[in-house]
Amino acid sequence: MNLQSTDFELFGLPPRFALDAGALDVRWKELQRQVHPDKFAAQGAAAQRVAMQWSARINEAYRRLKSPLQRAAYLCELNGAPIDAENNTAMPPAFLMQQMELREALDDAASADDLEQIASQSASLQRDMLSKIEQQTDAEQAWPAAAQSVRALMFLDRLAADIDRRRDALD
Amino acid sequence: MALLQISEPGQSPDPHQRRLAVGIDLGTTHSLVAAVRHGVAECLPDAEGRVLLPSVVRYLPGGGRQIGWAALEGAAQDAENTIASAKRLMGRGLADVAHAGKLPYTLVDKPGMVAVRTVQGEKSPVEVSAEILATLRQRAEDSLGDDLYGAVITVPAYFDDAQRQATKDAAQLAGLNVLRLINEPTAAAIAYGLDNASEGIYAVFDLGGGTFDVSILRLTQGVFEVIATGGDSALGGDDYDQALADWLLQRSGRTAGAAAERAALKTAARAIKEALSTTESVAVGAFWEPAGAGFDVQRSDFEAATAQLTGRCVATVRQVLRDARLRPDEVQGVVMVGGATRMPQIRQAVAGLFGREPLTNLNPDEVVALGAAISANQLAGNDAAGDLLLLDVIPLSLGIETMGGLVERIVPRNQTIPTAMAQDFTTYKDGQTALALHVVQGERDLVQDCRSLARFELRGIPPMAAGAARIRVTFTVDADGLLHVGAREQISGVEAQIDVKPSYGLADDDIARMLQESFTTAEADVAARALVEARVEADRMLLATQSALEADGALLAPQERADIDALMLSLRAIAANSEDAAAIEAATKALAQGTEAFAAARMNASIQKALSGKNVSTL
Repeated sequence: MNLQSTDFELFGLPPRFALDAGALDVRWKELQRQVHPDKFAAQGAAAQRVAMQWSARINEAYRRLKSPLQRAAYLCELNGAPIDAENNTAMPPAFLMQQMELREALDDAASADDLEQIASQSASLQRDMLSKIEQQTDAEQAWPAAAQSVRALMFLDRLAADIDRRRDALD
Repeated sequence: MALLQISEPGQSPDPHQRRLAVGIDLGTTHSLVAAVRHGVAECLPDAEGRVLLPSVVRYLPGGGRQIGWAALEGAAQDAENTIASAKRLMGRGLADVAHAGKLPYTLVDKPGMVAVRTVQGEKSPVEVSAEILATLRQRAEDSLGDDLYGAVITVPAYFDDAQRQATKDAAQLAGLNVLRLINEPTAAAIAYGLDNASEGIYAVFDLGGGTFDVSILRLTQGVFEVIATGGDSALGGDDYDQALADWLLQRSGRTAGAAAERAALKTAARAIKEALSTTESVAVGAFWEPAGAGFDVQRSDFEAATAQLTGRCVATVRQVLRDARLRPDEVQGVVMVGGATRMPQIRQAVAGLFGREPLTNLNPDEVVALGAAISANQLAGNDAAGDLLLLDVIPLSLGIETMGGLVERIVPRNQTIPTAMAQDFTTYKDGQTALALHVVQGERDLVQDCRSLARFELRGIPPMAAGAARIRVTFTVDADGLLHVGAREQISGVEAQIDVKPSYGLADDDIARMLQESFTTAEADVAARALVEARVEADRMLLATQSALEADGALLAPQERADIDALMLSLRAIAANSEDAAAIEAATKALAQGTEAFAAARMNASIQKALSGKNVSTL
């Protein structure tokens, strides 16, 4: 194992999308107990630097594995289907239509109830997309198709973030 | 200094040698020092039995200074030279300091950081803080009976990079080895959590003299994981005093007078505020005597005069809960920290927000220092059985300036530290060999609304066609929350040189000058002591290297081994024969540098072994 090992290797996990979030948290803390710079506070600058690199690398892997979107994107990339969202903007027309409708509804939402309705719609679309991604990655290994789903999930995540912002503004 | 002792994680290199380490709460209005003795953390009192040291330094005309209670007593008659609340000036420019005109002393705008004009010349807030830290260091050494190995210093969680660096510089000036800067709410959680064997999600509400922090933590088996943090590094009990002082002035129909009068009014306001924590009504005349002051203040008057401040606290708590993606009822307990949480309106606001009474069973003045002491004891390697792990976060996002004065975010707030993010840049002109980067901290989209941290100039990029170079810049935030930047051209592998111009803070030569000035001992003493210290350090380095070579010499190629042997031989000879401390230090440093790669390799091997061992056991 070294700093270049994959996130899955570092965490001793099979490279799959499905993952036990509780076990991931436990493993993260176990790993940090081994590498955190505080464990080497009395051992000089060189040891501190190396520990900091490891600790930062473990945190990076943890963040990526914890987020379903980032984990899916990472898996696609490891399997030769990079997401490359900036250059790959083509989406099915039906999906784009649905997104536009939701965005318009969000713009028009006047009350907390309106907002909650859009939020629950958005959450259900996210759930569906995540199970589609799990099917495409873990069951079918259909990497280019999974990458396309990840790009769609990015749209949904941005929508969810905008809904959150609107909710905050109502608080 | 690169020491080469590598032991199993969590174990002290020498179990028989206890290292004295303390926790210091460097507060806006008062400071404390605590240590773990006989397994229990306790605050160390001064000769009169007081644990609080007012964070006040008075510079006297003759060149002497008073620190703490003595300085506080002089505040009223010599307000211009009595510096309180220096913490609010740390890492700040004049434009950042709100109410600069209401301060009883005079601020001077200086590049990097504001200074205070005193009878002894301009004093940086770093120097003022160093006086306080040195006083506490002395107190600790007197109580514990030996020199300190190191200290953990607490800072508000919401302190930015410049404020943290200024605190570290002050500790260096005070001759302290900083084991770690830890965030005040995290320190409080350590003291509270370990005391109560708590597990689950806790919020820490820390309203001190001049700073306000809220942190939400998950406590599990000795792991203190900060989920989100927020605050205001310019909001505290001081502001409540000021608001009450303004109200008193207005009510009495008077105008603010000279420095001494303003200081007296502020002192009166503080006393009235404290009295109102336990009674509903206070006669102003008992604390403040000018004409027109013959009236009573009701608690409700005080609450109304400060409602806007309390509102800011509540809004911050809401934001932090949102960042943590938690509802108030998911928080199992709210720990109150800081003297200002004694105000009833604060307790009511917090209870209302979380729907439960806050926990106040630990002394809110002492809890931060106690947590810092527990952490210091473990960092020094005294507590082999301790399995405390702090996973803190960066409080404010880091970004870089892009075209049009916009901020591109590189590290978002509330990300667990240490963290490293890499960003690739390219050149826009043929043959371009340098690149400038402006790093800012804050949540806003425009550079002008964020806080400028530093300007970096990368030099030595190999000349190439425009757009061909790939310069990877790595931004690393260490466990103290401090930023480090590295850069490398990816195609040629050339390491770019980085010139850093911090926007705030002291330059290295300022610190060197202040260190020089702080030596009050006779020169001969200094020289003798330096020689002894240099020899001790040389011996320590030689011993550590020797045992490292015995354990892991196999990691070295023959030439590497020969180089290290030569450096050891040379250091041994110089340490034995030379009377020149600087020469011995230089040889020690040479050995430290020459063994750095070896130390890194050993560390890597040790971590890899630990991680793979874990893997086998979990499979």
